[in-house]
Amino acid sequence: MTNRKKFIVSHAPFWHDGSQISARSYHMMIAALPAVLFGLIQYGVPALAVLAFSVATAMLWELVMNYLMKRPVSIGDGNAALIGLLLGMMVPATTPWWAILMGTFVAILLGKHVYGGIGGNPFNPVLIALAVLMLSWADLFDFAEAYRNYEFDFAMVYPIAMLKYYGVSAISSFDTGALMMGKQIGGIGATFGLGLIIGGIYLIIRGIIRWEIAISFLVGVFVTALLFNMADSAKYAGPMFHLFAGYTLIGAFFLATEDSSSPVNFIPMLIYGAGAGIMTVLIRNIGVFVDGVVFAILLMNLVSPLLDKIRPKAIGKVA
Amino acid sequence: MIKRTFIGLAKPRLEYDVIDETLPAPVKVPKSKKVTLLSYGPWDPNCVVNVKNGDKVKTGQKIALNTGNDVVSPVTGTVSSVSEFTDGKGQKRAAVSIDVADVEEIDENFASFTKGQDFNQVKLYLAYAPGKPEFSIFSDADKPIKTVVICGADSDLMLVTRQYVLKSGIEDIKQGIKMLKKITGVQNVIMAVPQHLSQTAASTGAQVKVIDAQYPAANPFMICKDILGQVVPAGKSCEDIGVHMMSAEAVASIGKAFSLGKVPSEKIVTVIRKDETKALVSVTIGTPVKDVLKAVNVIANEGDRIVFGGPFTGTAAYSEDQPIEADADALIVQDSDDIPLVSDYPCINCGECVRACPVNIPVNMLVRLLENAMYEEAQNQYDLDSCIECGLCSYVCVARMPIFQYIRLAKHELARMNTVEATND
Repeated sequence: MTNRKKFIVSHAPFWHDGSQISARSYHMMIAALPAVLFGLIQYGVPALAVLAFSVATAMLWELVMNYLMKRPVSIGDGNAALIGLLLGMMVPATTPWWAILMGTFVAILLGKHVYGGIGGNPFNPVLIALAVLMLSWADLFDFAEAYRNYEFDFAMVYPIAMLKYYGVSAISSFDTGALMMGKQIGGIGATFGLGLIIGGIYLIIRGIIRWEIAISFLVGVFVTALLFNMADSAKYAGPMFHLFAGYTLIGAFFLATEDSSSPVNFIPMLIYGAGAGIMTVLIRNIGVFVDGVVFAILLMNLVSPLLDKIRPKAIGKVA
Repeated sequence: MIKRTFIGLAKPRLEYDVIDETLPAPVKVPKSKKVTLLSYGPWDPNCVVNVKNGDKVKTGQKIALNTGNDVVSPVTGTVSSVSEFTDGKGQKRAAVSIDVADVEEIDENFASFTKGQDFNQVKLYLAYAPGKPEFSIFSDADKPIKTVVICGADSDLMLVTRQYVLKSGIEDIKQGIKMLKKITGVQNVIMAVPQHLSQTAASTGAQVKVIDAQYPAANPFMICKDILGQVVPAGKSCEDIGVHMMSAEAVASIGKAFSLGKVPSEKIVTVIRKDETKALVSVTIGTPVKDVLKAVNVIANEGDRIVFGGPFTGTAAYSEDQPIEADADALIVQDSDDIPLVSDYPCINCGECVRACPVNIPVNMLVRLLENAMYEEAQNQYDLDSCIECGLCSYVCVARMPIFQYIRLAKHELARMNTVEATND
C-alpha cells in the first residue's frame, strides 16, 4: 500500500470554463481604461494622484479588514482595486486626500465587509461611499469650483448642475457630440462618453456585465427624459443630454451592473435597470440633487432581492 | 478542459463529440492476470461464505453472493479474494478477485437458458453484460414501464462509446431490440440518437428520435422532456413516469448474448488521454485501470486524476487497481496541472449558473442555503429536487464554488433524514 500512487479524487464536474473573480475585476478595469486615460490627459497629474491613492487605499482597507476579521487575504481578487478605481473615476481631480481615504474606507468597510465581504453586499460599495461623501461634503462635488484653476476650450461648468439651477437655456452650448467626446467637466473618468460606451460594449461582449441592466438603464433614462422634454422643453433637457451628461454612462455600464447588488433573472434585470434609469431622471428633474444616478441605483439595489423573486418556474416543479 | 470563449455573452455551448466517419478499430487490451468484479448490491460479510478463495470459475459462470447481487465471471480462473469495496458514492460493495487461468473454459448454463427461453435466468446473467442492461426495473409492479428509450448518444462530452457500438453493432442491436421486447413485453421502443446516426438507427426498424448536439440534451431527464414530451416531476425518476433508459451498448449486449449463447464480456471504453486525444479500447470487464492505460500508452502520475465516465458526470478513481465496470463508458486521465480546483469563495451573484441551468433553478439562492446546510429550505423554496445533475453550474461558476458537490450532498442528506424519519415512525 505504501508505494501506491496517490491520485486527486474529487467530485464531478472535472472541467471548469476557466473564469475567475480576479479576471472579472481586471476586465472591468481594462474596460474602464479609455475613460480613465482620457481623464488623465485632461486633468494631468492631480487625476493620476487621485486614482492611484484611491486604488491603493481601497486595497489597504481591504487588507486591514481581512486582518481584523481574521479572513483570508482577498486583495488578489481585484475587487477592492476595482472599487477604488471606480470611486476615483467619479470624483473631481482636485479631491483632497482625506476625502478619498474616507471614501474608500466607507466603501470597503460599510459597503462591503460589514456584510461579509465580496458577494454579500446588498448595495454597490462605490455608491455607498459616494453617497456618504456627497451628503457629508457636498462642496467637494461642486465641479465648477473644483476645476477653477483649469482652462479648457469649452464652458467650465458642470452641465448637470447648470441644467438644475439655470434651466435648458444654460446648457445650449453642450451639444451631444461634444458631451460624448468629453468636452465637459465632471468626475475624472465619468465624462468621456465614447470611452465608457466602448468599455461597456467590451464588458457586454465578454459576458462580464449583463446587457439587460445596462441597456434597460439607458432606455429608462432616455424614455423618461423624453417624456419630460415633450411635456415642457423649456424646462427639461432632451434625452440625449441626460444620456451623456453626469454619471449616466458610468452608472449604466460600471455601477448598476455590480454583481452582488443586482438581480440575475431576465425580467428582474430589465425592471431593475429601467427603474434605476427612470429614477435617475426623476431625481435630476424634480428632486433636490444635481445628479440622480447614485441614489437611483442605491434605491434599486434595495429592491433587487425582491425583484429576483420573479423567476421562471423550474422544470419539473410540481405546483 | 474547454475554456470559456472570448465572447461570453451567450451561454456556454458544449457539444457532444461525434464519432469519426472512418470508425477506428478499438485497441484490444490484453487479458489481465487478475480481474476484479464488483457486485451492484451492498456489502455483506456473509457472502464470503458462499464463495471461497480457491474456487474455480469458468467464463460466463454466475458467482452467487449472499446479497443476491451475483456477479458473472468474464474470465476463467480461481477466486483469490472476496473483499469489501467502497465505491465513488460511498457505498460498500463486494469485490470478487479472480486470478485468470491460461486456458479458457466456457460455462454452458447461459446457453441452455437462452435455448430454453428461460428469461428469468437470462435476466440475472445479463445484468453483468457490457452496458449493464437492467431488468429488475421491469418487474416493479408500482412503476410499470411503458417505454424503453435506447440511447445511442453518449451520456457526456468527449465520449464516443455508444456511438461506436451503435455504428459497428447495428445487427446486434436489431436482435437485442427483438429480444428486449420479448423478455420485457414492452413494445414501445424508441431509439434516441444524434443526428448523424439517425439513418443507421432507422435500419433497426425501431422508432428513431434525434437528440440535440448540445450538452445536456442526452441527460435522461432532458430526453424525457424534449423527445418524449413528458416532464419528469421534481424528485421523481424517469422510471416513475414509465420510461426506462438503456444504452445502445446494453441492447447490443442482449442481442449478442442471444446470438452467441454466452454473456458478452468485452466492454468498449473511450480513453481520453492527458492531451485530450481519444482512443477506443475493447476491454474485458473487471480489468484494472492500469492495464487499460498501459495498452494506450498513458502514464498516470501521482497527483493526476483518473475519472470513470465523462467530465461532467463521472466519478474519480482513487487507485489504478480499480476495475472497469460494466457501465464505465469512458476513462479520462487528467494531468495534475490541468485540474481546476474549487475555492472557498462565497457566491458573488454573477448569475452565470442561473443562465447555464437547463431547468431554471435559482442556483445563486440555492447555493446560499446549501452552504449553510439548510437542505429542507433549499428543497422547498429553491427547487433542489428539480436538479438533473448535469454539472453546468459548477462548470461556469466564477467563484469556483463546489455547487454540484453541495447539491449531491444535500440530496444525500435529505434521503438520509427521510430514512431516519421512516424508521422512527
